[in-house]
Formats: sequence, structure tokens, C-alpha cells
Amino acid sequence: MNDEVFALWVYLARTPLLWLTVTILVYCLCDRFSAALHRNPLANPVLLSMCLVGLLVRGTGTPYGTYFDGAQFVHFLLGPATVALGIPLYQNRQLVLRSILPMACALVAGSVTALVSAVMIARMLGASPTIVTSIAPKSVTAAVAMGVSGRLGGDPALTAVLVILTGILGAVVVTPLMNGLGITDKWARGFAAGLAAHGIGTARAFQVDPLAGTFAGIAMGLNALLTALLVPLLV
Amino acid sequence: MLLSLGLILLCQLVGEAIAHGTGVPVPGPVIGLVLCVLLLAARDRIGRLAPAELRDGTFEQTGRGILSHLSLLFIPAGVGVVQRLDVLAGNALAITLALLVSTVLSLAVTAWVFSAVARQTG
Repeated sequence: MNDEVFALWVYLARTPLLWLTVTILVYCLCDRFSAALHRNPLANPVLLSMCLVGLLVRGTGTPYGTYFDGAQFVHFLLGPATVALGIPLYQNRQLVLRSILPMACALVAGSVTALVSAVMIARMLGASPTIVTSIAPKSVTAAVAMGVSGRLGGDPALTAVLVILTGILGAVVVTPLMNGLGITDKWARGFAAGLAAHGIGTARAFQVDPLAGTFAGIAMGLNALLTALLVPLLV
Repeated sequence: MLLSLGLILLCQLVGEAIAHGTGVPVPGPVIGLVLCVLLLAARDRIGRLAPAELRDGTFEQTGRGILSHLSLLFIPAGVGVVQRLDVLAGNALAITLALLVSTVLSLAVTAWVFSAVARQTG
């Protein structure tokens, strides 16, 4: 690289503008790609964007902290987005109230399954206590999971990564899995996606059906509450 | 638009304040979600007294705007994987199996219980 180009890179690489722009444009590209493939679950926009941006960050030798200085503006919107889930919830309140019993039962069963199975499998395969604690809240939305993991001696940064991986995994498998199990109830499918795969599952559910997305959003919020209460009992 | 955005942020802010102030293990944004529902219920109660922006659908539109690209918001945290590649590689089997089996199980159990109870209760 010649000196002028290098000087320009050094300047740009330090401003938040560069990585914010990269994050948004790479996502737009991946989202287009996913739409072109008719929202095939394997062409998950989060997975594709994460890999591409990760390669760019790694390839340019950029520290994650520098990347996050730019990307934090996007990350910040996770909070307001959680609040905004209240809007479809309110609009569909009558439907939701009618399903209160199935939701309560599914919440308890699903939340306990997610937690106990992850902790048991990780322990059985010899993962360290730090990893076990970090993996326990994996089905819960990132901000909450990181808080839970940090309080109990886990590694919040690792938890964030495991949460995202779980979300992607859930979003990719939910449609074929539900078809395979013969579960056609859209609300049940949405609720499961939000419970097991938090916001990424919710985003997937919204892609398929707005009402499924609403149920996913409710499941995500409720599971965040319940897991925050249950994890300390288990690890 | 701006008022709607401000109110959404206010819900989160009050939610965070309640969470930190009382020490309940409930995340601030989740309390904010509940406050957002209460805000909409209050709006429908007071009818014409509510600001025009809350009554003409702008608030709903703003929320939909944020939610329509929910996937984008997970990328910054997801890129954090570059920091933890060593841990993931060192525990690849345990982590892969735990995530995969647990995610599939919890999806299946949740959907199955939901639809079974929904059928029972009609």
C-alpha cells in the first residue's frame, strides 16, 4: 500500500463512520440476497452479514473494539426494538389474551428445556464451568443473557456470541423442523421461534407471518424474564 | 415521528430506571415493552386528548420501522465471534452439540405444548 492510501485508511479506520456504513450496507446486500432466494432459511441475513463483516474486520486486522465504536449505533437500537414489540402486542391483544393458557404452559416447558438441556450437554462433554454458565442463557435476547452470564461468573462476550449462534440456528431450523413434526399452528411456531431463538427467531417469524412474529415477540420477552429468574438456580 | 421515537426511548429509559432502582432481575427494555402497551392503552382511554401523532398511526409506523430490520441489530454483537474464535474452536464439540440439541429440543417442546394446550382449550 502506498503512503497516501495508507494514511487515508488510518484516518477512516478510526472514525465510527466506516464500520457503521459497512455494517448497514453488508446487511442490505445480504437481505437482498435472502429475498432473492425466497427467504430460504439457510440464507439467513444475520449469518451471512456476520460472516462477511467478520471477515472484513479480521482481514483488515481491525480490533473488535474499533469495529464496535461504529457498529454500536446499530446495536443500541436493540433496546428500542424490544420496546416497540409492545405495539404489535397491543394491536393483537384480543388474540393474545385468548391464547394465554397455551402460552403460559409452553413458556415454562420451553424455557426449562432450553436451559436444562444446554447446561447438561455442555457439562457432560466436559466444558469448563465458565462455558457452562455462559451457555445457560443462550436462548434469551443478547442484552439480558449477557447480564445474567456476567452476574454468575460467565463470560458475557462469549455469551453474546452463543446467543447469536443460537438465534441463527433456531431461525434456520424452525421451518423445516415444524414441517417435519407436523405442527401447522402458526402461533405455536412463532411462539417457539421467539422462545428458543429470541430476536433472530422473531425476525424470522415476522418474515413468514406478522401474527407469528407477534407471538414470537411475546415469547422472547417472557422467556427473558423467566430465564433471568431460573439460571441462578441451575448453575 | 420524532415524538413517537422519543416516547419509545422514554419507555426504555423508565424501564431501565425501574430495573436498576428496584433491583428486579427483569431487563429494562422488557419493562419498557410493558410500559409501551400501557401507553397505548392510555391513549385509547383518553381519545381525542391524546396528541395527534399518537392517533394517526405514526406511532405504530415508527415501531414497525424499527422492527422491520430487527435482523440488522444483531450483527454488531454477532461479529464479536472474531474475539472468541479460540474458545469456540477449543470447545467445538461441546458447544456445537449443546447449541444444536438444545435449540431443536426447545423449539419442538415449546411448539408441541403450545398447540396441544390450544387444542385442549379450544
